[in-house]
Amino acid sequence: MTNTSDLTRLTAAEIAERIASGETSAVEVTEAHLARIEAVDEKVHAFLHVDREGALARARAVDAKRSRGEKLGPLAGVPLALKDIFTTEGVPTTVGSRILEGWIPPYDATVTRRLKAADVVVLGKTNMDEFAMGSSTENSAFGPTGNPWDLTRVPGGSGGGSSAALASYQAPLAIGTDTGGSIRQPAAVTGTVGVKPTYGAVSRYGMVAFSSSLDQGGPCARTVLDAALLHEVIAGHDPMDSTSIDAPVPPVVEAARNGNVEGMRVGVVKEFSGEGYQAGVVQRFNESVELLRELGAEVVEISCPSFDKALAAYYLIAPSECSSNLARFDAMRYGLRVGDDGGHSAEEVTSLTREAGFGPEVKRRIMLGTYALSSGYYDAYYGSAQKVRTLIKRDFEAAFGQVDVLVSPTTPTTAFPIGERADDPMAMYLADLCTIPTNLAGNAAMSLPCGLAPEDGLPVGLQIIAPAMADDRLYRVGAAVEAAFRARWGHPILEEAPAL
Amino acid sequence: MTVTELVSYEDALASYDPVMGLEVHVELGTRTKMFCGCSTALGAEPNTQTCPVCLGLPGSLPVVNATAVESTIRIGLALNCEIAEWCRFARKNYFYPDMPKNFQISQYDEPIAFNGYLDVQLEDGEVFRVEIERAHMEEDTGKSTHIGGATGRIHGASHSLLDYNRAGIPLVEIVTKPIVGAGERAPEVARAYVAELRELIRALGVSEARMEMGQMRCDVNLSLRPHGTETFGTRSETKNVNSLRSVERATRFEIQRHAAVLDAGGKIVQETRHFHEDTGSTTSGRVKEEAEDYRYFPEPDLVPVAPSREWVEKLRAELPELPRVRRNRLREQWGISQHEMQSVLNAGAIDLIVATIDAGAPADQARKWWMGELARRANEQGTELSALPITPAQVARVCALVAEGSLNDKLARQTIEGVLAGEGEPDEVVEKRGLKVVSDTGALSKAVDEAIAANEAIAEKIRGGKVQAAGALVGAVMKATRGQADAARVRELILEKLGVQG
Repeated sequence: MTNTSDLTRLTAAEIAERIASGETSAVEVTEAHLARIEAVDEKVHAFLHVDREGALARARAVDAKRSRGEKLGPLAGVPLALKDIFTTEGVPTTVGSRILEGWIPPYDATVTRRLKAADVVVLGKTNMDEFAMGSSTENSAFGPTGNPWDLTRVPGGSGGGSSAALASYQAPLAIGTDTGGSIRQPAAVTGTVGVKPTYGAVSRYGMVAFSSSLDQGGPCARTVLDAALLHEVIAGHDPMDSTSIDAPVPPVVEAARNGNVEGMRVGVVKEFSGEGYQAGVVQRFNESVELLRELGAEVVEISCPSFDKALAAYYLIAPSECSSNLARFDAMRYGLRVGDDGGHSAEEVTSLTREAGFGPEVKRRIMLGTYALSSGYYDAYYGSAQKVRTLIKRDFEAAFGQVDVLVSPTTPTTAFPIGERADDPMAMYLADLCTIPTNLAGNAAMSLPCGLAPEDGLPVGLQIIAPAMADDRLYRVGAAVEAAFRARWGHPILEEAPAL
Repeated sequence: MTVTELVSYEDALASYDPVMGLEVHVELGTRTKMFCGCSTALGAEPNTQTCPVCLGLPGSLPVVNATAVESTIRIGLALNCEIAEWCRFARKNYFYPDMPKNFQISQYDEPIAFNGYLDVQLEDGEVFRVEIERAHMEEDTGKSTHIGGATGRIHGASHSLLDYNRAGIPLVEIVTKPIVGAGERAPEVARAYVAELRELIRALGVSEARMEMGQMRCDVNLSLRPHGTETFGTRSETKNVNSLRSVERATRFEIQRHAAVLDAGGKIVQETRHFHEDTGSTTSGRVKEEAEDYRYFPEPDLVPVAPSREWVEKLRAELPELPRVRRNRLREQWGISQHEMQSVLNAGAIDLIVATIDAGAPADQARKWWMGELARRANEQGTELSALPITPAQVARVCALVAEGSLNDKLARQTIEGVLAGEGEPDEVVEKRGLKVVSDTGALSKAVDEAIAANEAIAEKIRGGKVQAAGALVGAVMKATRGQADAARVRELILEKLGVQG
């Protein structure tokens, strides 16, 4: 598997280059990845649906385009694993839930459309925690996904299917969504790269909503440059999403090609340390900070006192919005329909369908949110949470007055065993401790590998946080760190993962 | 409670003071829906004017219709409201199968327009000021048709049909502050308010506001308080009262019903009620034991609406003349009474008359045709005056033909009949039907000579000075020309030929 001629081991940038030059065809690349999926996904379970025919058809179209001498997109022919939260016309979209089992969307999400327009080959739809609610992908109605580093451990969540697909070479690119860390935390625990762009950078149109004010789609890849190339394809203003930013996409690819932290001011978030942080995670993080210094950055400690309240605020805002967003799943128009036997009223059919179609975590959050929005409780819960959100934004503003980027561990621990936290929601929620403030404030963050924890040999993620609309800083810093670690390790970190 | 148990209206007013609150929903006449690009045209096959957004499909997102925002601001300005510098949409959460998302995008504590008033003129000319609490934007729901139940309600139905063509059509909800001090004129004030609001909406051109089409719907909130007390009584909310007459009747009925309950020492139940056109009464709908909890929160999928002051002032400057002001101006110009103007208003004839005048007709003639012959025909056919297949320009042309002597009154009526029958423009009808007044002096002169010859005795009387006897000869000539002669001209000719001064 270490043969460099293996197409599934190439980066997206390399594949695009080979296809553009004619060295290899999009069909060959797609077939190689479909074969890899065939070979390993029974064990990993990264995909909920593989669109074999659709992928090959697109690959053939790319090859035909090239043979006609037409201009190809920057990622033409590159295979991609799409999180099953984005609608795909004619291809099932379940959001990891029974309630949408069998639904074939009649329309493409904006992200899907942009991928197609860029000649990217979508291989299929990846597994996820139901409605993106979770940090382990165990909440998927269709069974958990294994972490390619250790199949008995979780690949993170909610986008565990996407991160596992990357780490097991089933796709060089993937798309995730990040409401509280669902791109970054899976990236961290699988040794891959994940970026949550600035809120509004990537259109949410056709991305099934969990928590509208927090959800953000973003790129997942095995290298910083690949993430940047994908970022550029999917980002940009969309008139179909009112919250989409009407401004040029920051120069992320240019930044990823010119990694450099010299003279940059980097803040270490004081609050993201101490109890609950695994020793190996802390060790690798500290080494990363040291590395940044060596590379010429000025490192200072920054305090963000409101971050301690972020988790609590998040677990009021996200459930509140989800309780409303998920109200539409009522069995009337699409998806699962239980009890429609002539013996039940419309209301009963809705109840029976929701009872059967929603998993326990989704029900828990709908109930929490319904309660938090109730009259008499609104101010104490939703209202207070919004105030905390303002305080967190102010903390970030103050911090970015002093430094260019902030850094922290992405998640307090490495990948935990499947089942370990399944019955302990609070323990599960803690996995997103370091990632949530960014969602609440709406700015940008990246996770990239910074080594393996000595005690368990599992990947550790370094989180880089930038101000809103300064997504390019993530790539500039990320590329520099990635290059330095690569030089130190002598190879990409994923090569240390056991063969499947 | 049956009608016989009601307290008489006079007795009710002798003891109590009515307090009203009117909520009016207006469907805006925008080309596309509130949050998507689907057509709003009426009458399409069910579910053909839908898309992922107005069907609330997973992943879809709303985008605000800028024209709807502009229309709402214009309504707000015409109602003398303040316009918010910054406001948001909110989600109103409740479950109903005809609501695709199971929440309605509305506005809650941040309406775009608030704190205004509308002056309404009652039949006798008295002006009553109705204070406006707010006007806000929201989306309409789909339409349910319940099949198999006895009442047309969902309860007991075997199945229901859902049409989402209406889902997402822009609505503006206009809510009054409590209307106090109307006393016995409360039902009349309610009616006049809704009528005035309808005129205003039409004058702004933001909706046709046709109540019979559901484009404008009214909920009447009513409570009574004993004379001399300050606190309001418990209110009832009569939903979907959908004609001006019903607004007046529903208000009147509720005053009498509340009085009966209160007089008997009972308590008014806070509930929604349904109005029945046939009996003029209301019956209990849903009891609101506690206020329904809609769990409002700011709509996170939409950015706030922040109309710039420059834009608002531009819209204010471009507002048309308000209907009441215009009516009073026209009334003076036309020289008619308050009562006559009211009839013109009730007939929906103001704009038609104005357009006819603009097309060159004298005011009295324009008014005569629209309020006479045409109103009679519209009434016969049970249609709106404006729905008759005749244009103000065509009516003006008929007036012109009369003025130039080409048509007399009778022929003019026949011409109008022809236009209404689809026979073409007035001139074509005159041509095809051969309706032109016989003004050819030779032909007319011959007809007059024949009439004189055939009625020598009468002619002799006229020669003898009995000028009034000429009428009989005029009649004979008119008969001979099948009514196509100008009677005045005929009379002139007769007298001339007989050597008598008219």
